Amino acid sequence: MQAQRMVTPASQTQRLCEARWLAIVGYDDGLHLQESAIEHLRSGEAPEQLLLLEHPHVFTLGRGADSSNILADPLQLQTNSVEVHETGRGGDVTYHGPGQLVGYPIINLKPDRCDVHRYVRDLEEALIRTISEFGVTGTRIKGLTGVWVGNDKIAAIGVRIARWITSHGFALNVNTDLSYFNMIVPCGITDKGVTSLSRLLGSQIPMSDVARVVSSQFAQVFEREILFSDFPSPATSVQA
Amino acid sequence: MSEEVKMPQMGESIAEGTIVKWLKQVGDSIKRDEPLFEISTDKVDAEIPSPTAGVLSEIKVKEGETVPVNTVVAVINGGAAKPTEEAKEAPPKPETAKAGPASEEPKKAAAPAPKQEPPKEEPKKETKKAEPAPAQPDPGQVDATSTDELRRTRSSPLVRKIAEEEGVDISQIEGTGIGGRVTKQDIRSFIENRGAASKESPPAKAAEAAATAAPAPAAPPQRAPQPSRAQAMEAGPQPFAEGDRVEIEPMSIMRRRIAERMVESRHISAHVTSFMEVDFSKTAKLRAGLKAEYERDGVKLTFLPFIIKAVIEGIKKWPIVNSSVWGDQIVYKKDINVGVAVALDWGLIVPVIRGADEKSLLGLARAVNDLGERARTKQLKPDEVQGGTFTITNPGIFGGWSGTPIINQPQVAILGVGAIKKRPVVIDDAIAIRQIGVLALSFDHRVIDGAVADQFLATLRDVIEAAEYTS
Repeated sequence: MQAQRMVTPASQTQRLCEARWLAIVGYDDGLHLQESAIEHLRSGEAPEQLLLLEHPHVFTLGRGADSSNILADPLQLQTNSVEVHETGRGGDVTYHGPGQLVGYPIINLKPDRCDVHRYVRDLEEALIRTISEFGVTGTRIKGLTGVWVGNDKIAAIGVRIARWITSHGFALNVNTDLSYFNMIVPCGITDKGVTSLSRLLGSQIPMSDVARVVSSQFAQVFEREILFSDFPSPATSVQA
Repeated sequence: MSEEVKMPQMGESIAEGTIVKWLKQVGDSIKRDEPLFEISTDKVDAEIPSPTAGVLSEIKVKEGETVPVNTVVAVINGGAAKPTEEAKEAPPKPETAKAGPASEEPKKAAAPAPKQEPPKEEPKKETKKAEPAPAQPDPGQVDATSTDELRRTRSSPLVRKIAEEEGVDISQIEGTGIGGRVTKQDIRSFIENRGAASKESPPAKAAEAAATAAPAPAAPPQRAPQPSRAQAMEAGPQPFAEGDRVEIEPMSIMRRRIAERMVESRHISAHVTSFMEVDFSKTAKLRAGLKAEYERDGVKLTFLPFIIKAVIEGIKKWPIVNSSVWGDQIVYKKDINVGVAVALDWGLIVPVIRGADEKSLLGLARAVNDLGERARTKQLKPDEVQGGTFTITNPGIFGGWSGTPIINQPQVAILGVGAIKKRPVVIDDAIAIRQIGVLALSFDHRVIDGAVADQFLATLRDVIEAAEYTS
């Protein structure tokens, strides 16, 4: 359970960020973890967090979501054990499930990163560099947030900012069962598909490996010193 | 002085923003930095805080509209928030002595974000609440003791020596000397009159030293006095030295009874305690769903009725848990009368819900409420504290994880319920957060073996985790 420091070249007095790979966490539980991390960051009790996890099957609707973008009827969703949640993040509807690496960076964009566009672009950058380490080339498509491989989306982004502290974040398809996306129109975009690392590489990839790479690339792009661990740190585990 | 709220610029290259949601309505008061509205731009939803405190007087841009950066979207009248708003947030005056986890929720009105200016009244009131009134000793006692001390310490060494030799407690003697001192004369005449005077000695202090016969309390007539009870009440050697600072107070009848019973129970039963971790999440959900409905009937719904239902299932499967030992016989009780331990300011009492297995969930909740209420107001009838066949107690009431309760004779088991709170657990190799409580079963190993106790607990766990209670 040793935490590993991921040090980047210019790591003198860089801000500390704890990256935690949590494996499967329920969606609601994930929300609580975020709330807790935000509070602790605000109060100074804990450093920034990069929460990395997987959710059980769930569709989430962002603030601007059009619920007609969920094609399945409620009964079909229930039989497939898929939850539906409304959230406070931006973006339209998306799907999370096992095999998909979800990341919730809870960081303070002050003083020098108070630019919402820049934050999103930086997230995309970290993800592009991540998949590149696995031999996959990702790109941006102007006007469409996220990371694309050709015409297929491999990573989605949906972020919430309150007083320049970030929450929610990104979802990278590693070994995701992409058939669930058939039940929704992802992000309201009808004519583009989805893909995953395992589909592109022809084999499954261990989630914790990807989690580590994401943390390391996040550290570089955001110029943070990342302390990576496989378990939640005691100080910031969810309080009742 | 009014202040304009503008569409903020969320990034260098961002020229406009869309109002997604107003978090306050016109007329609402707002504090500085309290979230006022949400905007969205390019997959980012941002919560925008209010630049000042005041009352939201005008919303200029509606939800769904997109405007350029720096457009005025709302107006706030300047000035501090009205004092009345703050007062509404202050918690209600502490009423009953039943403190502890009492509501810390009155802050509902304030914003979810950490408050910058909490109402000043709150901290004081909360500290008042946090200290439950301990049982106060009789004011009369305090005075008596300090005079006693006076007598003890101010009597001359000679007098004290005489007292020691004669086995006399100086505090029993009326001192005629200065400041109530016991003089040589006083003690001499006391000794002479001792034979006649012993019956008139002031209200007995429990622990006496090398004195004559220890006062034997009248044993309650109901049962043949057990040897252990006499043992319990035997004064024994003085547990303090002359000159130690002590305050001696006689036990109330209730306290004496509890003391006797506890020691006796330990002597009678072969006490063992087993523990079981239980996931209350599903039951908690069910309870949350029913709460409002029950409250409309004036019934407060706690976890206890659900636990009682589980206990009933457990007893049906493991009837030995609902029995008594009688010499070399086991008496299986057909009725399930569940006692619920209630902590009182002045002690402890166990009112009994008779025929608990014949009650519905609502009925149990009602009974729990009613008995608890009447226990606290001393309105229980004698038959309501008798005839129990199984007892439930609550070591978790102040947040305790668990406890090792003492069996309530002549029963053979007692269930202690620890605090039920959210804890991290592992489910399918993943970390989840569930409402967990620890159940502790103290049982009499003369008739209940460990395996049976564990299976009984497992049944309780299964019932609570399945949360499919018969109504």
